Amino acid sequence: MTEANTSQADVKTSDLRVEGLTKLYGKQEVGCIDVELTIADGEFFTIVGPSGSGKTTLMRMMAGMLRPTAGKVLLGETDITTLAPQVRPTAMVFQHLALFPHRTVGQNIAFPLKVRGVAKAERRTTAFEMLELLRLPAVFIDKPVTDCSGGERQRVAIARALAYEPQILLFDEPLSAIDYQLRKVLQRELKQIHQRTGRTFIYVTHSLEEALVMSDRIAIMNEGSVAQVGSPEDIYHRPAQRMIAEFMGAANVWEATPTPGGGLRCPEIGQDISFTGTKVEDGYFMLRPEQLAIVDPTSPTLPNSVTGTISTRYIMGSRVHYLIDVGDTVVTVEELVAAHNANEGDTVTVGWSDSSGWSLPK
Amino acid sequence: MTATHDKERLDELAAQEPRIRFWRNPGGWWSLPIVVLLGVGFAGPLLIVLIFSFMPAGAFDISAQFTLDNYQSITRLSFDRSYITSLRLALITTLICLVISYPIAYALVKTLRPRAANIVTALIVTPLLVSENTRLFGWNLILSKRGILDGTSQSLLSTELPTMLFNEKAIILGMVYIYVPFMLFPLVIGLSTVPDEVIEAARDLGATRWQVLHEVEAPLAKPGIVIGGMLTFVLSLGAISEAQILGGNAVITITKDIDRVFGFQQNWPFGSALSVVLVMITSLIAYFSMSRINLDEVIGGGA
Repeated sequence: MTEANTSQADVKTSDLRVEGLTKLYGKQEVGCIDVELTIADGEFFTIVGPSGSGKTTLMRMMAGMLRPTAGKVLLGETDITTLAPQVRPTAMVFQHLALFPHRTVGQNIAFPLKVRGVAKAERRTTAFEMLELLRLPAVFIDKPVTDCSGGERQRVAIARALAYEPQILLFDEPLSAIDYQLRKVLQRELKQIHQRTGRTFIYVTHSLEEALVMSDRIAIMNEGSVAQVGSPEDIYHRPAQRMIAEFMGAANVWEATPTPGGGLRCPEIGQDISFTGTKVEDGYFMLRPEQLAIVDPTSPTLPNSVTGTISTRYIMGSRVHYLIDVGDTVVTVEELVAAHNANEGDTVTVGWSDSSGWSLPK
Repeated sequence: MTATHDKERLDELAAQEPRIRFWRNPGGWWSLPIVVLLGVGFAGPLLIVLIFSFMPAGAFDISAQFTLDNYQSITRLSFDRSYITSLRLALITTLICLVISYPIAYALVKTLRPRAANIVTALIVTPLLVSENTRLFGWNLILSKRGILDGTSQSLLSTELPTMLFNEKAIILGMVYIYVPFMLFPLVIGLSTVPDEVIEAARDLGATRWQVLHEVEAPLAKPGIVIGGMLTFVLSLGAISEAQILGGNAVITITKDIDRVFGFQQNWPFGSALSVVLVMITSLIAYFSMSRINLDEVIGGGA
């Protein structure tokens, strides 16, 4: 018992490291290739990528459900690459939740304890604790899991994974099948559960929005490799590649190259712009739509501006998107609906500050 | 939904729902051939057997002299022993079929690639194209004195093997051999309804292979297991060729008794009574197995 406690205390502070992790399916198909990641203890880490980018492959190797072709998975100093899932301190919340349909909510939650040989009374106590932690009513303990709603099942699946007392919880797109309203609620809840439990959460999703809302750090995957790792802020405002800039929501991306005067030359909008940030030779300049605003063309207050005709205007709740034809390119601008009342066909001037935007390589 | 709507208006609308008269319903007409066939070929003979079982022993026609003598004779003449033998053999056969079929079904559903699974399925199905009796005589040739096994052993090892025919083991072997597909295919269907993710989740949460089997796989595949078990049991209970070809006169099953009473003794009413009891046993087993799977789907398994 003492030994078990100390070993648990040891690994409590350990990070999950992935070194040169590779999975090839057959000789040609790449699942993951040479992935290097360090995920800190207690972090909410999200792996984002389009389908087929290798994110689920990577997670299944972390869970021990898939044997890597090459590379290592380390927990602290311990190599767990070949450790079977049932002895690995990770628990997964599956895409389709994988609840046991023939069991009650309580039996589902207490399953990890049952297979470990914990007595029934104690299992029930833990199940009640988990229900409370997940803010589910205590009476749910004897409810058949098949009678639960989508959101309730979601919480039961998380409770069951937590009952395993894993150091690391793995989430394989568990919210993808849930409708928009409930997904929003569950995202917030998941973040709160993360804060309450203090465990490491590793979350796989194809949704930028989900990643931005919940994560401490995000890894972007594409074609089996990690393209960028950083905070949501980093990824959103300082993407390392054009692919990431565009994957992470709407973006204006123009070819740009530094001018001797200290600005950037953007042929697509037909002018040089001033930009105070670090400039990359022969790359792109990215501007998020909300960094632009409609300005008065007679007395510009912002150092940069372009003029064009609004081709499309669409409302997104309290905000409005304008697609503006500027030369041969389209500039997207996002504003509060109340900010200006511009209509399709109007000619407007939009401006932005010289500290806004990001210069990135090709 | 209904609560927010005007009840009277709903009734009024419901009355306007177009009705299809039953003679206009094509379903009724299309099912007519099978209804006639089952009525004449299945229900009719059963009814005659039921009536005959209440006729005086040895009667060859139906009269108004109803009697329970035939049923009383079953225990008086110790025919209950044959029922016990048949039930025991059927139970053993069913259990052996389950143990053999489960790994094969698991492999077919969860591990083999589709091409390999097709080959295995073909290997299991092909023998079904040969008549049951022919295959059983094949076993007779293998097991009999101076048969293939004994002959091989004598010429290669100069050892004479004891006779392997005409005992319960031979009958069980024959029944397992014949009825394995009837267990296997329901199991395949049962196991294919168990999602891989659920098995993976159980493993991930610390369950051993054995715990996955009895906590998750078996309960979820239960409809398949129950149906397979029921088919195998009921077929084994009614089997006669196995007992005749491989059991000889050494083992008396109830089916052999029925055959003898009808054929050799020409006592139709008594044979009918024996048959009715067998049909009742079979029906009860079928009824309870079917209600069990429904019940479990509704209330879920125990703790």
